[in-house]
Amino acid sequence: MARLDIEFCGIRSPNPFWLASAPPTDKAYNVERAFEAGWGGVVWKTLGEAGPPLVNVSGPRYGALLALDRSLIGFNNIELITDRDLETNLEEITAVKRRWPDRAVVVSIMVPCQEESWKAILPRVEDTGCDGIELNFGCPHGMSERGMGSAVGQVPEYIRMVTAWCKQYSRLPVIVKLTPNVTDIRYPARAAKAGGADAVSLINTVNSIMAIDPQTLTVSPAVGGQGTHGGYCGPAVRPIALNMVAEIARDRETAGLPISGIGGIGSWRDAMEFIALGAGSVQVCTAAMVFGFKIVQEMVNGLTAYLDAKGFGSVEELRGRALPSVTDWSRLDLNRVSKAVIDQDKCIQCGRCHIACEDTEHQAITSMRNGRRHFEVKEEECVGCNLCVNVCPVPDCITLRDLAPGEVDRRTGRTVSAERLEWTAHPNNPVRTTV
Amino acid sequence: MSEQRKPDIRPGRLAAQAYAAHFADIAPPLTAAQAVLEASRCLYCFDAPCVQACPTRIDVPSFIKRIAEDNVRGAAQSILQSNPLGGFCARDCPTEVLCEQVCVRNVQQGQPVAIGRLQRFAVDRLLASADNQIFERAPASGRRVAVVGAGPAGLACAHALTRSGHAVVLYDAAAKPGGLNEYGVATYKTVDDYAQREIEWLLGVGGITLECGWALTSVEQFEKLRREYDAVFLGLGLADTHRLGVPGEALEGVVDAVEFISTLRQAADPATVPVGRRVVVVGGGMTAVDAAVQAKLLGAERVDMVYRRGPEHMGASQEEQDFARTRGVTILYWLAPVELLDEGGIVRAVRFARQRLTAGRLVPTGEECILEADMVLKAIGQRLGNAVLAQCGLTLRDGRLAVDAAGRTSVAGVWAGGDCIAEGQDLTVDAVAHGLRAARDIDRQLRHPAPAKE
Repeated sequence: MARLDIEFCGIRSPNPFWLASAPPTDKAYNVERAFEAGWGGVVWKTLGEAGPPLVNVSGPRYGALLALDRSLIGFNNIELITDRDLETNLEEITAVKRRWPDRAVVVSIMVPCQEESWKAILPRVEDTGCDGIELNFGCPHGMSERGMGSAVGQVPEYIRMVTAWCKQYSRLPVIVKLTPNVTDIRYPARAAKAGGADAVSLINTVNSIMAIDPQTLTVSPAVGGQGTHGGYCGPAVRPIALNMVAEIARDRETAGLPISGIGGIGSWRDAMEFIALGAGSVQVCTAAMVFGFKIVQEMVNGLTAYLDAKGFGSVEELRGRALPSVTDWSRLDLNRVSKAVIDQDKCIQCGRCHIACEDTEHQAITSMRNGRRHFEVKEEECVGCNLCVNVCPVPDCITLRDLAPGEVDRRTGRTVSAERLEWTAHPNNPVRTTV
Repeated sequence: MSEQRKPDIRPGRLAAQAYAAHFADIAPPLTAAQAVLEASRCLYCFDAPCVQACPTRIDVPSFIKRIAEDNVRGAAQSILQSNPLGGFCARDCPTEVLCEQVCVRNVQQGQPVAIGRLQRFAVDRLLASADNQIFERAPASGRRVAVVGAGPAGLACAHALTRSGHAVVLYDAAAKPGGLNEYGVATYKTVDDYAQREIEWLLGVGGITLECGWALTSVEQFEKLRREYDAVFLGLGLADTHRLGVPGEALEGVVDAVEFISTLRQAADPATVPVGRRVVVVGGGMTAVDAAVQAKLLGAERVDMVYRRGPEHMGASQEEQDFARTRGVTILYWLAPVELLDEGGIVRAVRFARQRLTAGRLVPTGEECILEADMVLKAIGQRLGNAVLAQCGLTLRDGRLAVDAAGRTSVAGVWAGGDCIAEGQDLTVDAVAHGLRAARDIDRQLRHPAPAKE
């Protein structure tokens, strides 16, 4: 059976599933329950400076985007970092780590962007016996208005500076948590590396407004009739997170930097995607908040079964396997031709493929044949765009077929070449490079 | 068979509290949460088969999408624009052989989208809302139309005509409007006086004057209607039922199923409706099912529904046959009644001859059987039963009024629809479609009169 234990930038844990820094890891009670349920590690909810605790709103902190069956698509929050006393948190972290020596306990920290503040808190955190620290440069709401969280994460120079302080004043592995609320994720990642970070984790949440109440015409959820943008997470952000992870994993400057993947992970399959793109551990929050801690058991079981089925002996053997398949658009092979194929035995005749193609694409799917309802691809029109595959309600009913070299593309009349042709070398590209 | 037994027909066979449960809503309304969840199953098909399967062409994907989008009023609007009796049809339509039969989810999930129940949800919500009139009348045209028969065909026709700005007088022979909606459909399909509530809403648009207790019984009346109105629509339904044509039909205990159903519908308390201990229902259509099931629900000990052909020939769909069986009705096929057996002027049993199909013809096998009965319900179809119509010069076809593709009868200025026309198929939704078809044609003619041919 495949092994799930990992070592992530020097931190060991029995499986790659960590709870992200968030409400589920705010105190010993929750973390104990998480470890009992089987989580491999936690990132303790972000600690702030010593002093009077923060104050959260005493109204709705969460909003959700729900499907019609009320399954959760996206989730947002306006909760701040821990609103508990620093001393209490440090005591609890110490006690929990002592009780659970085999689990990863990483402590998230967010203090003002001053050397003194970091210098003050780091030794205290280290004294808990925790395994590492995560720098919260990601929270997009509340704390960012006070010059912390994503306000730091959006300025690469600050990231580099603070990361360097942490490396200077602490012996613990430093994980820099990145905000997705930037134009190009590679710059903050490079800055973290340049500052000496042992790893990055991403993504933190995305700036978001969840809804407008149609009756009151106020933002929803609202506190006293007003709302503010919150941090968006859950399944809906996973594709954004996957891209950012891949960008960092394949960037020349940051390649090899350990990545803890975060963003809408709720199943073994989601975790597999992050790991295949290079993540060494994954962090989960929303799924736990929806289903409770027990879901880690399904993730552990599913990932083990998957690794076994694929013949991988460990998580490490899976890590980064999909990365070579990610490239720039300009490196795609423009000589490959695909055509949609509709399996008539599976077709339920809903016609969604037809109307989608007819109204919005290339008019490449019939609706009738011999006066009868019939949906079939017109290869002479099909550009292989995959829209029909995506709108079809039946799994595997519509698939794309890659034309073999030598076959004729009935749309263009050209014979499919066996050669590669990238845009960089395409005759239509005025700045093409001759290979 | 005991020669001493006494006929046993009486009300109150059940404990008082049992009736409410027996005659409760057959398909309880969907909750809002259920409706949205069910609506999410609709694929919003291109050129949706369900729309094609609906005689009134309700835009099913649109109204369901509106339910999913929390626009229930818009959903009801979409339904009622195509079919002003959409609420009744949602309860009464055999959706399993109409819209839901062709739902593509059948193929994929073995279960269609619950179109009928969603339709009921939307219309019920609208009708229950404070401002439930979604239609406005067009400016008055100055034209007057007589609609004879306030059943589904007449109601639909009247509603469409008044929306077009014509003044309508809606006549009906019965004490209450609604026709079969009020008198002919099983009680558990239309609880809470739904037929009347729907009619109240329908008349609420204005411009329709209702005159109940008015029957078309003379040629003079007919000619007067033609003179006084710019157009006449006949939605008379079928006034009479077919006879069994076997000895003993006049015996006490032999009842028309239509009458039995009507009595039950009109009873304030079903406990007051008499039913036999052993009931034999003769017939295989929806009326037969409604009568048989309700006889059972009233506490009949045994109900046999007897049909002279096989299950596949029955007017009642497979689902309805199954429904009857699950309610305790025994269905017997290939038996034709030969004689109703008499005991002191009261029916005591029915003798049947077994049938088989030979070269496409129904022939007796020579075998016979006798079913004991305290009550025999006849449900072998209805007929026009109004001799005046032929005297009025209206051409009949197959014993019903002949109309053209626009619903015009052979008499100029007179349209017809519903069960009284030759193409009538006993479905509420078909009758509605006929009424609407005629209204469109009447409106066209009243606005752009064709040059007189006479």
